[in-house]
Amino acid sequence: MAVQRMRSPLGRALGLGSAKEGVGHWWRQRVTALALVPLTLWFVIAVIGLVGADRAAVVAWVKSPLPALMLVLLLVTTFYHAALGLQVVIEDYIHGEAMRVATLLVMRLLCVVFAVRGILAVLTMALAA
Amino acid sequence: MMTSDQRPLSPHLQVYRWQLTSVLSILHRASGVALSVGTILLVWWLGAAADGPTPYAGMQHFLASWLGLLLLFGWSAALFYHLCNGIRHLWWDSGHGFELSTTYATGWTVVAATAVLTIVAWAAGLSGWRH
Repeated sequence: MAVQRMRSPLGRALGLGSAKEGVGHWWRQRVTALALVPLTLWFVIAVIGLVGADRAAVVAWVKSPLPALMLVLLLVTTFYHAALGLQVVIEDYIHGEAMRVATLLVMRLLCVVFAVRGILAVLTMALAA
Repeated sequence: MMTSDQRPLSPHLQVYRWQLTSVLSILHRASGVALSVGTILLVWWLGAAADGPTPYAGMQHFLASWLGLLLLFGWSAALFYHLCNGIRHLWWDSGHGFELSTTYATGWTVVAATAVLTIVAWAAGLSGWRH
């Protein structure tokens, strides 16, 4: 086919296309989405059980091993999925390149900061004596 | 260029007839952006619980106010919508459900499931609040 002959053998082997990242972004968005289905359902049920609980009850709940593990997985997957989704929104609506790159950097920084803050909070409670 | 002069340009939102499929598509993106911001509430809740009784009491006081409850209600509705419509998207990604009648059937199912899940979650949460 003429289309295939236009592309270099290396370009065909890499399979990254004109956007230069292939299906990596699309695939990571789907994998994190799939992981978030059980994580979200677990979180909603857990939070309903904690309505009206005081701080001591919340800390005791986090210390029981499974919630700490699930909360860290939820935080990592949620902010990873959010960063992938927000990236597409920013790329769609911000047309100036400098502004777009700056917004993408700030957005990713904020996602990392909030994820780390949440994980540190969970670990502080889970590992406290 | 004889017939095209009088035609409206597309997209031309003022004359565009709203459809369930496009509204749900826009809502998926809007709820995703809202949840990205709203998840700061989750981090704030965990951070306050880790920091001590005073920050936790302050957070509880805010979440029990009408603004806090409104934010939580919007956050829960956005979460359930994005979850249900996300499953619809994953089903599309597996190559199913592209017939027009199917997209409307799954679309209305998502709307109904979002309403039911939001109401059930709040009924369960508020009944637990009493004691």
